[in-house]
Amino acid sequence: MSLDRRRLIASGAAAAIAAGVAGGPRALSAQDRGRVVVVGGGFGGATAARQLAGLGHDVTLVERDPTYVTCPFSNAVLGGFDEMSALTFPLAGVTTEGLRLVQDTATDVDPASKTLTLAGGEVLPWDRLVLSPGVDMRFDAIPGYDAAAADEMPHAWKAGSQTALLQSQLAAMEDGGLVVIAPPANPFRCPPGPYERASLIAHYLSTTKPASRILILDAKETFSKQPLFLEAWDRLYPGMIEFRPPSLGGRVVSVDATTRTLETDFGDVAASVANVIPPQRAGAIAGVAGVMDETGWCPVSGITFESDLVPGVHVIGDACAPGAMPKSAFSANAQAKVLALALDAMFRGATPQSPKLVNVCYSLAAPDYGFTVAGVYREVGGKLSEIEDAGGLSPLDAPVDVRSREADYARSWYAAITHEAFDG
Amino acid sequence: MRKLLMIGLCLGATALQAQEPPIGATTCSGCHGAGSALPLEGWTEDDIRAAMSGYKDGTRAGTLMPRLAVGFSDDEIAAISHWIAEEGMKDESR
Repeated sequence: MSLDRRRLIASGAAAAIAAGVAGGPRALSAQDRGRVVVVGGGFGGATAARQLAGLGHDVTLVERDPTYVTCPFSNAVLGGFDEMSALTFPLAGVTTEGLRLVQDTATDVDPASKTLTLAGGEVLPWDRLVLSPGVDMRFDAIPGYDAAAADEMPHAWKAGSQTALLQSQLAAMEDGGLVVIAPPANPFRCPPGPYERASLIAHYLSTTKPASRILILDAKETFSKQPLFLEAWDRLYPGMIEFRPPSLGGRVVSVDATTRTLETDFGDVAASVANVIPPQRAGAIAGVAGVMDETGWCPVSGITFESDLVPGVHVIGDACAPGAMPKSAFSANAQAKVLALALDAMFRGATPQSPKLVNVCYSLAAPDYGFTVAGVYREVGGKLSEIEDAGGLSPLDAPVDVRSREADYARSWYAAITHEAFDG
Repeated sequence: MRKLLMIGLCLGATALQAQEPPIGATTCSGCHGAGSALPLEGWTEDDIRAAMSGYKDGTRAGTLMPRLAVGFSDDEIAAISHWIAEEGMKDESR
């Protein structure tokens, strides 16, 4: 058999799995074709919708906003070396054959009639519903930090206007000012994110306002990749960043947005710029759908991501609690691809395979200084469990070229994942 | 071209089951998919399996891959290598 013909046949089979291959999505019998509605056009939902459409199913993606600004690399905007436009992806770009895009807000879920109601009035029927709604900030968790407070003390834990606001506050800050970052307790979206933010704000301040300081008032005693961040701060920004855990008075008890003051167990802190990252929970539609438990997250199967609470409804990304896996864009994209294959199997009457997934979180301490935490996950008893001897952190005391390569790989990951999710 | 693709699809009908991504395989495109600076285009099945085995037993250096490779069995690595080389993560055109 000639190489060309073998490649054609292989690509014919691959059309079943790879979304959007020239020639269109896979052709399924009516019996095997499922109708899926996906809510949320971020890393999880967009990936899931495109994968399922490529597999030949009838997919509708509902997303509220016409563009998506990624949280990954938004800290680089704060660091002064990336542009928000580079992180912005139009919903229209997610288009692929077999996928219907609807820009609207999902307002109601009826699991009995298997319908999703939109704010604009349309009612979408589904065989399976996928929710990938991300997180909502809990504006009831820190006294003084209500929704209006975010206009003075931005969380910037959803990217876009909040990122721009924080950036403008940093730009307006005088040299010698105090930037406070107040991260929440676990679990929350992007565990290393606040510490990457401290690093890259320090990068910005080092060259522009070097007398300034950064104080992390944390609700936790330890944080993700802590040894790597502490080593980087010592090497790159000595004396600029202080980490204050609860045992040293770091826990924020209340805030006053008008004065940018944070009350801690050990007294008040007056901030020039205050980045409060409050506790979070699954996005609102999850509560409406009944898939959110008392923790505020959505317990799901580690095989199919189907809700433990509402059959027929699946949850992926930051909102879900499948047993293990951090809340990250990498996880959301990985879960979306496993979900697509699992739903495809279910529609065809086959058994979904017991999956393995990987998460890698890249962090930049400077534009050319990167490091990672990784995890490999397998299914045990229907939930995901981390494989103990795999994964882990980049080594401490690594040579400069290792740090710069991991920074390059971070950018490479970003290009690949945004292309896969958003056709970026 | 279309006729050949149709023949390919029919011939591939049972192959579809066999070509379903093996366990763990779909994660790889997060870093190695189209758009990446680390594409696996042109890597043979043997190339990929040898690299993963080397990462796993420590004979091949890497910044990240050693930590991931140890999370997969040799059989899983073999299946993933085959799938990636044959059909995974090819650049889509529309």
